[in-house]
Amino acid sequence: MSSSLLTIEGLQVRFETADGEVSAVNGMDLDIGQGERIAVVGESGSGKSQAFLACLGLLARNGSAHGQVRWQDLNLLELSQQKLNTIRGRHIGMVFQDPMTALTPHLKVGRQLNEVLEIHRGQTGTLARQRCLEVLDQVRMPDPDKRLDQYPHELSGGMRQRVMIAMALLCEPKVLIADEPTTALDVTIQAEILALFKDLVEQQSMALVLITHDLGVVAGLCERAAVMYAGRVVEAGSVADLFTAPAHPYTAGLIGSTPKLKQAYGEPMPTIPGQPPNLSNLPVGCAFRPRCRYGIERCAERPKFKPLADGQGAACHRAGEWGGGA
Amino acid sequence: MLNYAVRRILGAIPTLFIIITLTFFLIRLAPGGPFDQEQTLPPEIEANLKAAYHLDKPMLVQYGYYLSNLARGDFGPSFKFKDFTVTQLIWQGFPVSMRLGLTAMLVALFVGIPLGSYAALRQNSRVDYSVMTVAMVGVAIPNFVVAPLLSLIFGIYLGWLPVAGWNDGALSHLILPVTALSLPYIAYIARLTRGSMIEVLGTNYVRTARAKGLPERTVITRHAFKAALLPVVSFLGPATARIISGSLVIEQIFGLPGIGRYFVQGALNRDYTLVMGVVIFYATLIILFNLVVDLVYAWLDPRVQYE
Amino acid sequence: MLATGQQDKLASLADQLGTEGRSLWQDARRRLFRNRAALASMIILGIITLLAIVGPFFSPHPYDEIYWDRMTIGPEIANSHWFGTDSVGRDLFVRTMYGARVSLMVAFLATGVSLIIGVTYGAAAGYFGGRLDGLMMRFVDIMYSMPFMFFVIILMVIFGRNIFLIFLALGAVEWLTMARIVRGQTLNVKNKEFIEAAVASGVSTWGVISRHIIPNVLGPVIVYLTLTIPQVILIESFLSFLGLGVQEPLTSWGVLISDGAKEMETAPWMLILPAFFLAATLFCFNFIGDGLRDALDPKDR
Repeated sequence: MSSSLLTIEGLQVRFETADGEVSAVNGMDLDIGQGERIAVVGESGSGKSQAFLACLGLLARNGSAHGQVRWQDLNLLELSQQKLNTIRGRHIGMVFQDPMTALTPHLKVGRQLNEVLEIHRGQTGTLARQRCLEVLDQVRMPDPDKRLDQYPHELSGGMRQRVMIAMALLCEPKVLIADEPTTALDVTIQAEILALFKDLVEQQSMALVLITHDLGVVAGLCERAAVMYAGRVVEAGSVADLFTAPAHPYTAGLIGSTPKLKQAYGEPMPTIPGQPPNLSNLPVGCAFRPRCRYGIERCAERPKFKPLADGQGAACHRAGEWGGGA
Repeated sequence: MLNYAVRRILGAIPTLFIIITLTFFLIRLAPGGPFDQEQTLPPEIEANLKAAYHLDKPMLVQYGYYLSNLARGDFGPSFKFKDFTVTQLIWQGFPVSMRLGLTAMLVALFVGIPLGSYAALRQNSRVDYSVMTVAMVGVAIPNFVVAPLLSLIFGIYLGWLPVAGWNDGALSHLILPVTALSLPYIAYIARLTRGSMIEVLGTNYVRTARAKGLPERTVITRHAFKAALLPVVSFLGPATARIISGSLVIEQIFGLPGIGRYFVQGALNRDYTLVMGVVIFYATLIILFNLVVDLVYAWLDPRVQYE
Repeated sequence: MLATGQQDKLASLADQLGTEGRSLWQDARRRLFRNRAALASMIILGIITLLAIVGPFFSPHPYDEIYWDRMTIGPEIANSHWFGTDSVGRDLFVRTMYGARVSLMVAFLATGVSLIIGVTYGAAAGYFGGRLDGLMMRFVDIMYSMPFMFFVIILMVIFGRNIFLIFLALGAVEWLTMARIVRGQTLNVKNKEFIEAAVASGVSTWGVISRHIIPNVLGPVIVYLTLTIPQVILIESFLSFLGLGVQEPLTSWGVLISDGAKEMETAPWMLILPAFFLAATLFCFNFIGDGLRDALDPKDR
């Protein structure tokens, strides 16, 4: 593995709500290396998005983050807004899930792009416009020249997502965090955007963090994956290893419940029984225990993340011995 | 845009026509007539008077006369203020009412918007709570309570400001009425701005702007402020109508020679033409103002398109 | 046919949905009661209403009796003029309570009228849609362009200030916004999949409206209702203040405040006491409305 760029250690994210405290992330650890393409996989509510929003100080007002997010020698969680602003948008770019609402409706696309250059590079005027066109071209935006003078509502969903990606790429960041970048798009557009991501990471040396619930997306794009459940990384390793030999029952369940084209008609869809855990009242011990077929008594205590072979690792007392795994 | 404005104005004509018709027949439904109180009038003179104003004709004929005069821009003579036409009375009162209303509106905007934004940016802080409590007081206490209290304190006890009169709109004569008239709107606009600002600050695009590394000040002024103003702009339409009616009371309390006073007297005295004139005049004003508000809205929000 | 196991699953799913439906309102109630301002407002409002109903029975003075020897005297316990007397020597406490009765009654009745007209009109326009909707909403737009207070004043003059017609007049004007809200909500709900499902499974028009649309528009309607009541109280007081509202010897808060304003230099209690009750009532309704909106609005969760 190359030297690490962004290191998340013991990250906790909590939200104060009228109905009590909700723990979205509960001690997440993850190491992102230079130029690495990593997928963070999990169901909705697994805390995957909130963890990365927390890294960039973008939590909702009622949210708070604790732990360490190390960037160079800084802990991002302790930085002032001002300091953070020299990093986000410049060294760490982020692409959000819903391009329909992620762009400011009353500002032209050009303005929303060039303000990034203005703030981080001091570029304005034709210089900035030149760079915007260059990046729009890179994200394969049709008629980039025309787009700069349009408002977001005049663009299709796919085009808006391209604008979002271009926006994140303007300053050539070292890390690009893409939070379910294709979920809100039509299937054909999804494929195009994924192809774009693939090309982008191949052309550039930046690291990519792809947050997704869709395992199909992971396989073609990322070399490593981290599976999250109830706000923790329960398994991590190379995508190939995870797919062929999942060490955590949850990973196995996730892979098993992906619909397959070859599946016979009428054959029941495999699912993971039970419900995702209640985040305001997490079970003691392994959070997956209530849904796990392989539970033993020891699962009443919280399993530590332990390394297995080949950089794979899982937070399961029975990793590798329950039948799946290496 | 211009095309749209022209079409809106043309579209207002049927609206106005319905309002005119409605008011015309409604006010004539009221028991009594304009000359009831003048019992000293000999019957033949009253008959002559009625004839002069076409009041002896069937109602539909009166309606016809009224419309044809109106088409020539003539609101007719006032029944009560006999030496004046309605147009004259309106143009006498309007500068006063407009000065009062417009000043109050501007004060409400320039105090309410900053106050609401400030509270929103410090959501749930002590400042926020105190601003919102004061705003609630402002919304809840009607201006006909505030106005006498203000003149009691600043006019009578402290003697700082004149209690009544217009004096050609001198500033000292404007302060109390404008304050009393604008307070509820300051409060309402502050609440409106706070609410929408909080909502906008929670939107995805504000999060995007933050993710870009923009300073918070830029995020708010460039990305949040315009959108947060939209509800305030929409409120301006109904607010005009309400300020107009609010000034009925304020003009009464402070003895200002505005349109409101004529109207109340006119309604009580069955001064048909005066009441009609004021209603039509203000309806036109409200329609025009609503058009301006819609155009401003479109300017603020490019998603709104007027074809 | 569904296998037995699947049927069980469906049944439990339906149960779940059922509880969710109920807990939405339970949640809202819980949030409302947790809102201290709203809770206090409900209590204070309850006290004011109770006072308005039973208060006059505790005073030895009728509301219209004129005590020639006791004009404009301040509040005193000894002669049981707890709020003092007005400028013609009538007991102000009893008059304030009678004012409360009139103001509250007018408010509730007018709001009721506006509710009935507004909901029927709005639901019809929204549900039937199309050209009828366009026409109906165009009429609402026209009504909006009326300088509305002037319209009320004209109505007052016509009805000769009959108190029972005041609320009709107010209701006749206040239903516009209600109609818009209900129409918007109806349109919104109408296009949802569950309505389509209901229609497809043969539920009658009335069934769809009563069982699916009305429960779904109820939230905003209730919120707007709590905000309409203080507005109507305000308008009634406003009209009374201008001398267009209820007539002597009957009274309302607006009349009392207007009288008080005339005497405020010599008898400030005549202004302050009724003004206090009016303001407190308006206050409470506004807080309750705010609390309800927060409680029912899922966005703020």
